[in-house]
Amino acid sequence: MSVAPAEVERPETFEEVVPDTPWVTIVWNDPVNLMSYVTYVLQQVFGYSKRKAEKLMLDVHHKGRAVVSSGTRESMERDVEVLHGYGLWATVSHDK
Amino acid sequence: MSFRRKRGAGDSEETGEALNGFRGVRGGGATATFVPSQAAIIRSLVSQIAELVGSEALPGEPGQAEPGLTDDAFTGRAPGSPSPGPGSPGNPGDPGQPPDPLDDLARLLGQAGPATRPDDPVLARLLPDGYTGDSEAAGDFRRFTEQELRNGKAAAARTVLATLPEDGGRVRLTEEEAQVWLRALNDVRLALGVRLSITEDFDARAADLDPADPRSAYMWVYDWLTFLQETLVRALW
Repeated sequence: MSVAPAEVERPETFEEVVPDTPWVTIVWNDPVNLMSYVTYVLQQVFGYSKRKAEKLMLDVHHKGRAVVSSGTRESMERDVEVLHGYGLWATVSHDK
Repeated sequence: MSFRRKRGAGDSEETGEALNGFRGVRGGGATATFVPSQAAIIRSLVSQIAELVGSEALPGEPGQAEPGLTDDAFTGRAPGSPSPGPGSPGNPGDPGQPPDPLDDLARLLGQAGPATRPDDPVLARLLPDGYTGDSEAAGDFRRFTEQELRNGKAAAARTVLATLPEDGGRVRLTEEEAQVWLRALNDVRLALGVRLSITEDFDARAADLDPADPRSAYMWVYDWLTFLQETLVRALW
């Protein structure tokens, strides 16, 4: 590594790592997935406590959908891909 | 979402231990006992899932299943009609099995998948869009993920076929196998749920369906699989 000069223009690349408005993963309610299974999947995939997973599951159940994770677009796409593997109905969305 | 309120008609048969569904075993995993007819139903349904999701797989790709043993519940094929080929044992989806090099090769060749949602509502539910209200993003997402999703579902179905003897009996699953079973049972329920137009009020839907409707026979199968999946979740918790 080199020592930075005392005065330097902020490099352009710094702009890219500044977090964008976060992206989110949404799980939608559906009539087939079991409440117990959805809770279990949220625990498995995100490492959430049973309490947190249950709260999110109930949000999905009562409100029709819930945000289950947030972050970069790429990581949300990974989350959605994993959730589709479990049969949950999940989508990526830009959190505006 | 749904939850299991009560035992269904399927449980009240002379089903022995399967009445109890799955239970956890010491050291992780789960066990259940199936009579031959129950094993045949599960094997048939997961085979149909594998066939359904494998139908657009790449040549030489695993994802082909055994022909259905009974009426096809959701592939729309006539019973006993030709199927792409026999299921292959020792596939990459089986926990503890080495990956199949052919599978890796197919992935490496990396043919991009389709960009549009399948027309068949069952497939559309098993392989849903990753975006709503943005067809371009949904298309891109599907192109890059759908084949893997299909492969995973076909592999899960094959794991069930590999661990559930045709004549039933006691099944002992490792924790990893049990998790794969959960996904496979869920896929079957999702598929049946679409075909049976399941709503959150299962009992109302069951009462609604004309007993002469051929789908009514699958209602108790669906209900029994719900029970089975619920016991498997609880066994793993």
